[in-house]
Amino acid sequence: MGESMESQESNARGGRLGRRLRIERLSSYWLGGAGYFAIGLFVLIVMSLVYQSLPLLSEYSVVQMLTSSNWDPAQNEFGFMPAIVGTIYVTALSMLMGTPIAILAAIYLAEYAEGRLKTLVSSFIDVLAAIPSVIFGLVALIVVVPFVGNYLAPAVGSSATGLGIFTVSLVMAIVVTPFMISLSVESLEALPDELRETSLGVGATKWETIKLVLLRAAGPGIFSAILLGFGRVFGATIVPAMLIGGQTHVPSSPFATGQTLPTLIVNDFGELMSLPLTQSALIFVGLMLVVVVWLFNFAAMLVRRRLQRRWQY
Amino acid sequence: MTNAALTTENLAVTYTGNREVEAVKGVSLEFPENELTAIIGPSGCGKSTLLKSLNRLHEIQPNVEITGDVTLGGRSVYDTDEPVPELRKRIGYVPQKPTALPLSIYENVAYGLRIHGECESKAELDDRVESYLRKVNLWEEVEDRLDTPGAELSTGQIQRLCLARSLAVEPDVLLCDEVTSALDPISADQVEKTLESLKAEYTIVAVTHSMDQAKRLADEVVFLYLGELVEANDVRSFFENPQNERTREFVDGSRPVEDDDDSNSDSEPTTASVSPGR
Repeated sequence: MGESMESQESNARGGRLGRRLRIERLSSYWLGGAGYFAIGLFVLIVMSLVYQSLPLLSEYSVVQMLTSSNWDPAQNEFGFMPAIVGTIYVTALSMLMGTPIAILAAIYLAEYAEGRLKTLVSSFIDVLAAIPSVIFGLVALIVVVPFVGNYLAPAVGSSATGLGIFTVSLVMAIVVTPFMISLSVESLEALPDELRETSLGVGATKWETIKLVLLRAAGPGIFSAILLGFGRVFGATIVPAMLIGGQTHVPSSPFATGQTLPTLIVNDFGELMSLPLTQSALIFVGLMLVVVVWLFNFAAMLVRRRLQRRWQY
Repeated sequence: MTNAALTTENLAVTYTGNREVEAVKGVSLEFPENELTAIIGPSGCGKSTLLKSLNRLHEIQPNVEITGDVTLGGRSVYDTDEPVPELRKRIGYVPQKPTALPLSIYENVAYGLRIHGECESKAELDDRVESYLRKVNLWEEVEDRLDTPGAELSTGQIQRLCLARSLAVEPDVLLCDEVTSALDPISADQVEKTLESLKAEYTIVAVTHSMDQAKRLADEVVFLYLGELVEANDVRSFFENPQNERTREFVDGSRPVEDDDDSNSDSEPTTASVSPGR
């Protein structure tokens, strides 16, 4: 009697255990599946972009297209140079304007701001980061464009409508800086307090501690934050499309109008898609964007790992 | 007691966050010169807070209020025009968790020296780095890889590196916050030996969780309970002839009844007897 009850109990336990183990196995399958799906999706996107680019690539040489500055799809002229130069201009200018501000603001928020002020400022930065970029584009049309056109461009001796590469860079810097700030703040705040105590404990000032110890230790995190900002500027579509002015020559100055790789796609997609070669060319632009972003992410991962392994924070 | 290098006068530290907590309640103490004073007591009784308030390191946290005073060599630490970094140079601090700065082994030791601009030449800096690494018995282990990151050392080596870094700026007082608690027994033993050799030259205040360690290392013992000073005496009298009932209970291992136990490693004789160094 007692024995059978015991075996019943062990059966019940076995049943329960069996069920738990089955669920455990299943969960690892489908979580693994989700991971492979992400990889598969990326491969699929790249492959379809490559496939759709083939008609263009079979007729023109890549080198010639990348170096030619003549973009006229109606005449089957596919020179990507103006868009490439425009993209480099916008990305470089935005990052030059945004990165120092982001790092300084992050240091202030993580190390200096206290109490209610800190909560207030961080929440505003989070709100800024959440505003759709089309809103920034709209506001910029009303505020930044006239400002650049009427004051800034004349001040440096160039005449412009206000639409153009500089305006886009400025607005994109404003769009991505809040992102870079909150990510950098996170990596600074994740550092153990012992680092601060150790440095202060030998008589370093707060600024020395930040400069010599904390920025170095949080380096990998801040580096990722900046790279994420870079990726967003590089692939930005709506703000450049609204503000860059659209022009098919290689831009002569930062105040010139121009185009970027993403604006090339959005501007020409509707009307010119009927021409098969043009469609193929625009898809090739997409392929370039994906490949560059992927390469940058990969390089960033390598650098971050190296830094992390070196200092172990 | 002999010459007091460091004294506290009615020192009280209160955390004024969401919940007001008086972590140290009016403690008056004397830390004699060139001796090692161990601060013992159960977890959360204000040991670390007391230690950090000695060189104003608790000030990096928001919402801390302090009353009373600390004096070093007769001069007040709080009521002073002396810049805090200068003060912390004279009262060094080694945290509980072995912490390598994100720098090479060499630069970890040279850190304070460079900041204070103490060395005129590279040769002088080299000398100083070597002599402090020797002082903490680390030189032989690292002399051929001074350029590698400090973080690549073992935790025990990092803790000795921390000691070397603190000593390099030639403080008068060294504050050690449970410096062996994160280490394996062998490393802990090495760090203890290093402390032992240092106490002839420095005034050391060491928080410890291990009664055995206090017995082995300390010249003076301070027993803190819930922020209050219970008893302070030289090590022999403290353990052999405790004056206070609560000290007697603590020393005998029958822990005070009110103690909310949030750490098992806390100075029970059972753990102490198998703890580092024996």
